[in-house]
Amino acid sequence: MNIFTTLAVYFKYPFVQYAFIVGILIALCSSLLGVTLVLKRFSYIGDGLSHVAFGGMCIAMVLNLIKEKMIIILPVTIISAILLLKQGQSSKINGDAKIAMISVGSLALGYLLLNVTAFSANISADVCTTLFGSTSILTLTKGEVWLCVILSLLVVVIFVLMYNRIFAITFDETFAKSTGMNTELYNLGLATVIAVIIVLAMNLVGSLLISALVIFPAETSMQLFKSFKMVTISSAVISVVCAAIGLLIAILYGTPVGSTIVAADLVAFVAFYVISVIRSR
Amino acid sequence: MALIDVKELSFGYDNVEIIKKLSFKVDEGDYLCVIGENGVGKSTLIKVLLGLKKPYSGTIEFGDGLKPHETGYLAQQTLVQKDFPATVREIVLSGCQGFLGKGFFYRAEHKKLAEENMKRMNIYELADKSYRELSGGQQQRVLFARCLCATKKLIVLDEPSASLDHETTKEMYSIIRKLNHEGTAIVMISHDIETALAESKHVLMLNDHENFYGTVSEYKEWKGGNI
Repeated sequence: MNIFTTLAVYFKYPFVQYAFIVGILIALCSSLLGVTLVLKRFSYIGDGLSHVAFGGMCIAMVLNLIKEKMIIILPVTIISAILLLKQGQSSKINGDAKIAMISVGSLALGYLLLNVTAFSANISADVCTTLFGSTSILTLTKGEVWLCVILSLLVVVIFVLMYNRIFAITFDETFAKSTGMNTELYNLGLATVIAVIIVLAMNLVGSLLISALVIFPAETSMQLFKSFKMVTISSAVISVVCAAIGLLIAILYGTPVGSTIVAADLVAFVAFYVISVIRSR
Repeated sequence: MALIDVKELSFGYDNVEIIKKLSFKVDEGDYLCVIGENGVGKSTLIKVLLGLKKPYSGTIEFGDGLKPHETGYLAQQTLVQKDFPATVREIVLSGCQGFLGKGFFYRAEHKKLAEENMKRMNIYELADKSYRELSGGQQQRVLFARCLCATKKLIVLDEPSASLDHETTKEMYSIIRKLNHEGTAIVMISHDIETALAESKHVLMLNDHENFYGTVSEYKEWKGGNI
């Protein structure tokens, strides 16, 4: 059997189709917001939030709310996102340490909770799945897929409609505010959307690798493109292509999904970087 | 009626009142320099004028058709902006942000306004260049053009020459002079008192115990009696 017939066979399974739909949508959303986060020097927030989401996940596991885990993870992450963004604005130096504290703290507490309550027989496997998302994308239920599709489409629509305002607060928040824009409200909205994306992305790449989805496509595009519009479009394309390639390789060769996608992103970054170096000679 | 009429304004930060009962005016086509020691509250005053911060007491009245939030604000360049991947056109157009209202996208008239202001600042041929590839002086012109999209009446500048070299600073003062001659009122915070006195029409000096507001010659007289 050649690769294509093998893939055709795999794609008959609903769980493979689900994984593809969800994977590509999440990659798209995270790359759109990634441009703003990277440019506003907020990339670390993605990292911090993913650890918070891990903590939330552990609480859900201990409370035996695996099916309803979103009820816990989503609000916890959104609240943390708002707090972190506020922190990052008020005091740059102190904010940095506080973010590290929140993120490492929730990571440690989550793991501790799981161990103390001895909820599962195989803790290290559970933790590994949550951190690296090794198989969770292949075990999605129909409900989870729908939730993900609706939330992703919402993110994309909001992003397109708010594009000009997002540009304004990314480039110069003070100026935007002086022209009468309610920047606090938009930052709040931004924090909420970021939190939603991170919770969604946990299924795809696991909480440790989420920031790669947010940061890599944006940084890659900035190597080559000059305008905000092109950087945004290119990020979306790179992210979707890398997610698709990563998923295909993972399905064909049985590699872990999350790490394969991130590896594809890394290859794209190196390629763009090399091109930009050659071009600038 | 003045563009801005400030009466008995008191403000500060962290609940400490640093400036008490300050009164001054900015007329149409005026050129006001705000001077004073570091930390005396110059930047805080600008924030209050722009509506970024609430005063503790007193009033700010906008007149002559100037609405709050119709002020162009030019601050020192931030770290974020230095290597920002955006074209000159995108940045200048973002000055029209205040006109979006409840809409989502810029209309043809906004794009035309952006083009006019790029031409006015002599950066039209750079329109599709990336901001991060420009020289310091060109970047400054881009920010001026963006300001002009937001307002025709009043531009507020916060230490505009702080991070610029000598040549660029000179060029910037001549841009400001040109805009002022063409009818835009200027409010500028400056460290460089000599240039400030040479360029401006009115002076506002903030001080811990005594503020001064008047024309440049009145300031020189007052200063002469104070030394």
